[in-house]
Amino acid sequence: MGNWLFLPPQGSTVAAEVDALYLALVAISAFFAVLIAVLVIFLGVRYRRQSDDQVGVHIHGSTPLEILWSAVPLAIMLASFVWGAMVFFKLSRPPAHAVEYFAVGKQWMWKFQHPDGTREINILHVPVGQAIKVTMTSEDVIHDLFVPGFRVKMDVLPGRYTTVWFEAKRAGKYHLFCAEYCGAEHSRMGGWIIVQEPHDYERWLAGERGTDNRLAGPEDLYKRYACESCHRFDSTARAPQLAGLFGREVRLKDGQTVTADENYILESILQPNEKVVSGYQPIMPTFQGQMSQEEAHSLVRYIRGLEAGK
Amino acid sequence: MSTTERAVAEPPNYLSADYGVKSWLLTTDHKRIAILYLVAVTVFFVIGGIFAVLIRLELLTPQGDLMQSDTYNRVFTMHGVAMIFFFLIPSIPAVLGNFMVPIMVGARDLAFPKVNLASWYVFVLGGAFTLYAMIAGGVDTGWTFYTPFSTTFSNTHVVATGLGVFIVGFASIMTGLNFIVTIHRMRAPGLTWFRLPLFLWAHYATSLVMILGTPVIAITTLLLAVERGFKIGIFDPALGGDPVLFQHLFWFYSHPAVYIMVLPAMGVISELVAAFSRKAIFGYKFVAGASVAIAILGFLVWGHHMFVSGQSVYAATIFSVLSMLVAVPSAVKIFNWAATLYKGSVSFDTPMLYALGFIGLFTIGGLTGVMLATLGLDVHVHDTYFVVAHFHYVMVGGTIMGYLGGLHYWWPKISGRMYPKFWSKLAALIIFVGFNLTFFPQFLLGYMGMPRRYHVYPEEWQVLHVLSSAGASILGVGYIIPVFYLIWSMRYGPRAGDNPWGAAGLEWQTSSPPPTHNFVTTPVVTTEPYEYKAEEVTVG
Repeated sequence: MGNWLFLPPQGSTVAAEVDALYLALVAISAFFAVLIAVLVIFLGVRYRRQSDDQVGVHIHGSTPLEILWSAVPLAIMLASFVWGAMVFFKLSRPPAHAVEYFAVGKQWMWKFQHPDGTREINILHVPVGQAIKVTMTSEDVIHDLFVPGFRVKMDVLPGRYTTVWFEAKRAGKYHLFCAEYCGAEHSRMGGWIIVQEPHDYERWLAGERGTDNRLAGPEDLYKRYACESCHRFDSTARAPQLAGLFGREVRLKDGQTVTADENYILESILQPNEKVVSGYQPIMPTFQGQMSQEEAHSLVRYIRGLEAGK
Repeated sequence: MSTTERAVAEPPNYLSADYGVKSWLLTTDHKRIAILYLVAVTVFFVIGGIFAVLIRLELLTPQGDLMQSDTYNRVFTMHGVAMIFFFLIPSIPAVLGNFMVPIMVGARDLAFPKVNLASWYVFVLGGAFTLYAMIAGGVDTGWTFYTPFSTTFSNTHVVATGLGVFIVGFASIMTGLNFIVTIHRMRAPGLTWFRLPLFLWAHYATSLVMILGTPVIAITTLLLAVERGFKIGIFDPALGGDPVLFQHLFWFYSHPAVYIMVLPAMGVISELVAAFSRKAIFGYKFVAGASVAIAILGFLVWGHHMFVSGQSVYAATIFSVLSMLVAVPSAVKIFNWAATLYKGSVSFDTPMLYALGFIGLFTIGGLTGVMLATLGLDVHVHDTYFVVAHFHYVMVGGTIMGYLGGLHYWWPKISGRMYPKFWSKLAALIIFVGFNLTFFPQFLLGYMGMPRRYHVYPEEWQVLHVLSSAGASILGVGYIIPVFYLIWSMRYGPRAGDNPWGAAGLEWQTSSPPPTHNFVTTPVVTTEPYEYKAEEVTVG
C-alpha cells in the first residue's frame, strides 16, 4: 500500500502517524493551491482587457477580507503546529522501557553495537515489537542517521550524544542513510536496518556470539584505562566518587552547577579539564583520541549504572 | 521621420550620453551601474546553471558514473554558492532595484552614487575570489559550510570561497544602505510613504534585512577562517568548540537571506499585477505592511533549519510556531494579488505571465514551507529532496520568475526597445512547464527518503530522477530564449515609447531610455499609487 501516494514502507509504529500528518497537510495545501489557481485564472479571464484604453475599477481594499485571509491561514497553521509538535514530542522521547543500542558515525560508515556488545557495520539487526533507543556519536564530522521506513532522523555529532528511537512494526529490510552531508563518500554512507521477528533476531544474535566481534566488558575497560587508580570506591582523595553520580547536580570550580548526564560524563572523559568539579585539581589526562567511541560509551553506561554505596 | 533623424532630434539618454569604456566603468549613474550588475549576475547565473546541468546529468542514473563523488560534491556546492550569493541575492535589488528605486522616488540618482559604484567593484572582487576558488579546484562543503567538516576535514578551497562570500556581503550592505537613505530622504514632493509603489516598500524591507543580517555572515565566515587557518577552537569539538553554534550563526543570516531573495520579487509582482490589471493593488497598506512583517519575523525563525541538529526540543517548538507566523504575511500578499484582478482590465502580456506563474509557484513553495515548519513532519523530510524541491519553488519559482517578470516589464524603459511578443510568451510558458517537471518529482522523491547531496541513490528512484532531468532540459531552453531576443531587441526591436504598457508610476512618465538625470524637471506627485483614470491612459 502507499505506492500510488509515493510513500515509503511503514516500518515503524510512528510511520503511520507521520504519514497521516503529511497527507492531511498535502490535502490542505492542494486545496489552497487549487483555490488560488482557480481564482487567478477565473478572475483573469473574466476581467480580461476588452479595449486598449480600458482601465480597472478603483477598489481600495476590504479590511474584513484582510482579516479573513489572515485569520484562516493562521488558524490552520497553528493547528498544523500543534499536531506536528505532538508527533515531534513522541519522536523525541524514547519510552522508558526502550532497549539501548549504540551507534558511531565516521567518514564513511556506521558502527553499531547491540546491548550485549555484539557489533555490526552498516547493517543493524533489530527485533519487531521492541522499542529501541539508539545513542549516537560521531568520530569526526556531523552525520545523520536516517531511516525513511521508520520516519526517524537525527544528527550525529562529534563530542556529544544524541539519541533516536523507534519500534519496528514489520519484518523486512529498510534503507539506512546518512542525511547530513559529510564529505566525499557521503552518498555511500548507508546500509540497511534488518528487522526480524524476535526469535529470528535471538537466533541471529546467538550465532554472532562466540565470534570475537564483541567489546570488552566495562569493568575491563575501567581497569585498562586506569580509572580506578583515582576514581576509587573507598576514597575521594584525588577524584570525585563515581558511584551514585549519575543524574546528580555537580558543583564546578567556577561556581556553576551542571547535571551529571551522559553528555557531561562523556565530556569529562574526553575533555576532563573543561568542567572540573569544585574541590579537585585538573590532574586527569584527556582521553580524546585515546579510546574509541564505543569504549567511551561503554564506560559512560557503566558509570550511569553505579549505585551509591557500592 | 527616419531613425537617424530621430536620433539627432532626441536629447541624449543615459545610454547614448557617452559610449566610451571608461564612461561605463567609472560611471556613477545608477542606471549604468544596474546594467553592470545585470552583466555580472548573468555571468554567475550561467556558471550556476552549468553546474545545475552537470547535477541533473549525473542524477540520470543511480550509479555515480559521470563523475567521482569528489567532483559531484564540488559541483553541487558551487551551484549553490554561485546561485545564492552571486545571483539570487543581488539579482533583483542590484539590477532592477538599482535602476528603478531612484526613478520611482522621483530622484536624479541614489543618495550615494559613488558608494553604489563601489558596491559593484566589491561584488566583482568577491566574485573574483570565488571564481578563483572554483578554477583552482573548487570547494566541497555545500553552500552551508557546516563545521567541523569545513574547518577541519575538507581539503578544498574553503577559505577562498568563504572570503568571496565575506567580501560580496559588503556589496549587499552598500546597496541596502543606499536604498534606505534614498527612500527616506529623496522622495519627490508629494510622494508620501503611503504613496510609494509597493516595489519600494519591498526594497525598503529587504534593505533592512541586508544591513542587519549580512554582518552576521561576515562574522561567521571570518570565524570559520580563523578556526581553519589557526586551529583556534570555535566550532570543532576536538578543539573545544561547538559545531551547532556554527549552524545558529549561519542560519541567523541565511534564513533572512531567503527574504532578501524573495521580498524584492514580491515587490515586482505587486507592480506587475497592478500594471496589467490597470488598477490599484487590493489592500495596499496590508501588502506594504506584510513586507515589513516578513522582514522582522524572518529574523526569528532560523532554528527551523535545525530541528534534528541536537538543539533542545523546546527551542525547536518555539521556532516552529514562529515559522508559522511568518507564513501569514505571505498568504496576505497572495490573496491581495488575486483580489486585485477582480474588476480589473487584465492583459496577459509577457510580464503578467511571469507574475501569474510566480503566484502559482510561490504558493506551492510557501505551503510546502508550512509543511517543513511542522515539527513531526520535518524530522522525516529534513535534508531530503523535499527540502530541495521546496526551496527551488521559492527561489526559482519565486525569485527568478519575479526577476524575469520585472526584466520584461522594465526592459522597454531600460533599453528603449520592445522584444518580440510571441517568443517572450513562449519562453515564459516553457519556463513554467520545465520548472514544474524539474522540481515537482523532487517532492515525491523527498518523501520517499531520497537524501539531498547524494549522487548515488537506490534504483527504485530513477524514474523520478529522469523526469526531473528531462524537466531541467526544458527549463534550460526556456532560460536561453530570452537571452537571444533581449540582445536582439537592443538593436532591432521596435521603439517602445515612454509608456508601452499604459501603466501608472513615475518611471513611465519619463522617456525611454531615461535621460542621465532621470527627469527633465523634478516630478511632483499629487495622486495615490496606481491611480488609473480612463481618459489618462495613453499607450506608447
